[in-house]
Amino acid sequence: MQFMLLFSRQGKLRLQKWYVPLSDKERKKISRDLVQTILARKPKMCSFLEWRDLKIVYKRYASLYFCCAVEDQDNELITLEIIHRYVELLDKYFGSVCELDIIFNFEKAYFILDEFLLGGEAQETSKKNVLKAIEQADLLQECTFPV
Amino acid sequence: MPAVSKGDGMRGLAVFISDIRNCKSKEAEIKRINKELANIRSKFKGDKALDGYSKKKYVCKLLFIFLLGHDIDFGHMEAVNLLSSNKYTEKQIGYLFISVLVNSNSELIRLINNAIKNDLSSRNPTFMCLALHCIANVGSREMAEAFAGEIPRILVAGDTMDSVKQSAALCLLRLYKASPDLVLMGEWTSRVVHLLNDQHMGVVTAAISLITCLSSKNPDEFKTCVSLAVSRLSRIVSSASTDLQDYTYYFVPAPWLSCKLLRLLQCYPPPEDGAVKGRLVECLETILNKAQEPPKSKKVQHSNAKNAILFEAISLIIHYDSEPNLLVRACNQLGQFLQHRETNLRYLALESMCTLASSEFSHEAVKTHIETVINALKTERDVSVRQRAADLLYAMCDRSNAKQIVAEMLSYLETADYSIREEMVLKVAILAEKYAVDYSWYVDTILNLIRIAGDYVSEEVWYRVIQIVINRDDVQGYAAKTVFEALQAPACHENMVKVGGYILGEFGNLIAGDPRSSPLVQFNLLHSKFHLCSVPTRALLLSAYIKFINLFPETKATIQEVLRSDSQIRNSDVELQQRAVEYLKLSSIASTDVLATVLEEMPPFPERESSILAKLKKKKGPGAVSVELEDGKERGELNGGGDRGGDAAIAASNASTPSPSADLLGLRSTAPVSGTTPSAGSLLVDVFSEAGPSATSAGVNDDGFLSSAPPTVASEDPAPPLPESDELLNKFVCKNNGVLFENQLLQIGIKSEYRQNLGRMYLFYGNKTSVQFVSFNTTVSCPGELQSQLNVQTKTVEPLVEGGAQVQQVINIECLTDFIDAPLLNIKFRYGGALQNISLKLPVTINKFFQPTEMAAADFFQRWKQLSQPQQEAQKIFKASHGMDTEVLKAKLLGLGTALLENVDPNPENYVCAGVIQTKAQQVGCLLRLEPNAQAQPGEQMYRLTLRSSKDTVSQRVCDLLAEQF
Repeated sequence: MQFMLLFSRQGKLRLQKWYVPLSDKERKKISRDLVQTILARKPKMCSFLEWRDLKIVYKRYASLYFCCAVEDQDNELITLEIIHRYVELLDKYFGSVCELDIIFNFEKAYFILDEFLLGGEAQETSKKNVLKAIEQADLLQECTFPV
Repeated sequence: MPAVSKGDGMRGLAVFISDIRNCKSKEAEIKRINKELANIRSKFKGDKALDGYSKKKYVCKLLFIFLLGHDIDFGHMEAVNLLSSNKYTEKQIGYLFISVLVNSNSELIRLINNAIKNDLSSRNPTFMCLALHCIANVGSREMAEAFAGEIPRILVAGDTMDSVKQSAALCLLRLYKASPDLVLMGEWTSRVVHLLNDQHMGVVTAAISLITCLSSKNPDEFKTCVSLAVSRLSRIVSSASTDLQDYTYYFVPAPWLSCKLLRLLQCYPPPEDGAVKGRLVECLETILNKAQEPPKSKKVQHSNAKNAILFEAISLIIHYDSEPNLLVRACNQLGQFLQHRETNLRYLALESMCTLASSEFSHEAVKTHIETVINALKTERDVSVRQRAADLLYAMCDRSNAKQIVAEMLSYLETADYSIREEMVLKVAILAEKYAVDYSWYVDTILNLIRIAGDYVSEEVWYRVIQIVINRDDVQGYAAKTVFEALQAPACHENMVKVGGYILGEFGNLIAGDPRSSPLVQFNLLHSKFHLCSVPTRALLLSAYIKFINLFPETKATIQEVLRSDSQIRNSDVELQQRAVEYLKLSSIASTDVLATVLEEMPPFPERESSILAKLKKKKGPGAVSVELEDGKERGELNGGGDRGGDAAIAASNASTPSPSADLLGLRSTAPVSGTTPSAGSLLVDVFSEAGPSATSAGVNDDGFLSSAPPTVASEDPAPPLPESDELLNKFVCKNNGVLFENQLLQIGIKSEYRQNLGRMYLFYGNKTSVQFVSFNTTVSCPGELQSQLNVQTKTVEPLVEGGAQVQQVINIECLTDFIDAPLLNIKFRYGGALQNISLKLPVTINKFFQPTEMAAADFFQRWKQLSQPQQEAQKIFKASHGMDTEVLKAKLLGLGTALLENVDPNPENYVCAGVIQTKAQQVGCLLRLEPNAQAQPGEQMYRLTLRSSKDTVSQRVCDLLAEQF
């Protein structure tokens, strides 16, 4: 996977994760272009589209769009389920996740993503294991370690 | 699990985020952010040392501001400080900031790397994972330099925790992708492969991404993974949906891992071991069988996961392309999906079937779905699905269904989305050409294309129709008639005017017999469009007009009038004005013969790969054009072939394409690089300025050999080449024009121009006597192996050359591969009853196909070093036969066709040059160095000439040729 974007129906970017080196300018341009392209699509359309030399896989959950860019040989359907699993993880962690949870706890959204995907590939697909790792980290939050 | 109470709420951050959300305008938001930035800056700069919590809070605020899309240029140091905090939460925020806002400040990088190093060696798995995540997120070269050695050790160490192994595997993958040279293979590689056997499914899932990437780059080193992957896959496929506990996703066992295993196997050919292969085929059959079973859940996640595996299995089946049974089963399965209610599945089925269409085993099976696909093209509501349908139609097209498919695509074009029109046009054009049985259908199709989607018809498309019409005389009359009719439409597309102008200019005579399309009617029709057209089209039309003057002398007065009008002859566009002036002059002073020669019908274009195909390939990448089923050879060329071959093909096809400004006369050289033929564009002018061929200027008229009277051999066999023909050949190594030969009866002048691997030579035979030559006949032959190296085509000349007259002959030359010998030109005629029989070497030498290459000193010496094998070099040391005048030397080296590189050789006395010899088969890069000892006494002056090229015969030949020049 080359990058993942979360954005609202109003086109506001809520999370962006880049797995390939790109300049800040390029990232902004890509986000702008893609958000526009996807928001222009109608509800019943298919979840995949060709965009530049990448395949875009996206799905809307309530007010949020989840959008992944994968390479030509990557599997679209399994990417769609990557998105779904991430949504499940957020949902389980926040308890019926909504857009506001992600806005106010953006750092958590990033931490959960890092446990699930690393370098653009699935690191751990078991829901239990990912949440266990996050909960363990939460337990450590205020612990002080001897240096 | 209520979230906000979880861990540490940062109240200040929440308040700030609320403030931003409450901002009513962009300006208000920016104001609020600037206020916050000022606040943070003052806190960071303040005297009071900040505690960890405040630092964390401010760093987090900066991060939030950055993610809103604002620039952040400070705070990095504070974030780095957090890395070494002994509070986990502070460390975590520090790492997040570093991962998102990568900074290239080297001092910072040193500090970051130190912190990472500490965490990696902490043996605390949570800290180790944080550090590994940071490396994977940043993935910079500096990090690869620091950690590419350490991470493999962590990955394969026996006591590493599973979660750390997972992070280490993907961290290494990221570093390998970014800096493959820094990740060295070693003892760890074999142990990595065995992670496929790991008990922990998460470890296998993470490791397989790394293994797949490494295998695709180093297949041999990792080939043991094939059997491991097959047995792992087999265990998953045959497991019950509950066996894998949390790795089962909506009743599908380990879908991510299954897909990755199938993907890994696509890095390799089918397993050679029969047992492994049998097991794999069994897996694939099981996956296909499962697709037919009733779903275990109605949830879309279940069917998506299941079908993800199915599609990946089909990709593997297509990749193997060796199991007809599986291929046909795959095709049937996809056929079912074509009518599925899920848009996603229809899309993927169309896409996947596209690749199945190119397999000989499943092509026919794919074709049975044609009606469904056509229906999809017409009725799908989503443009991306329609695009897939169009792709599939293109892929399944063959001779049996071409007319149907082309017709459907054409009718779709009328309503097609703008985004895909250009590609559709290219595809229709290619199919129409490829499967044309009668070319009138082809011409109709292309003209329809222009009518329906003129704006999307790229230059390549209309160039191509012209190439084909010019090359096929059976369709010329039809083409002329059809364009004439198409131009009747009151509003027709400019591209139609271009094609019409070109074709009527060449072949208007074929329909001129019909009074409804008499010459004047044709001219008036074309000219009625003139004022609506752009400059390049007008230029083309002007050329068509001058061609008309030649084809139909009765139009001369009318056309001259048009050319003479102020709007032409004083046109503000310099190209148009020049054409008007020159054509007017040409039509008024040149004799009918000269006019007929200059405005002769275009010679056939050399047969080439279609320029449209090249364009489509460029657009879509080489894999995308896989229609060539019927012709195995062509298919190989398209799908295989390195980039270099592809580029060469594109270059070659460009060479055979009429220029964008569409020179009907074909005189203007299109390639901007043709520095070797400075006079290429001025041939037209030369015809007027010199009465004879560029005669007197050349100094070949050495009386020494002229006095050897014309050979009076009575034999009709071609005479052996004149003894001096090698010397004559040498005179043309560094120049393209001049007098090749002269005796008391005959003078032969030459003009030639070369581009890429093609050349055109004009020979002018001048009768110096007042008596006519009869049975005048010339032949060009390629002796011996030259036949397979050069392709030479000549047009016959008139058998009668009047006294004092001159005839011209055009020779087209194509260089197939490098060569040494020169083609032989034999001239026979009778002068006063006596047979004259002369053979000469035609000055076609390998250097004519040079394309100059400019390069900097560093590049030159690097390449020079790369060509250091003894056979790649040829060297000669020889006495100077002429003076060592710098300008003369430079002119000769430029004439050779190479680029003369200044400031490359450390010794300014020396000359270095570079060029690429273009042949059809290959391109041969050549480097040259000429070292004169200019200080020596005249008579003692010597040169050392060194040639290096990737081909020994080329080095030697160029060296031999050039050594004769100084």
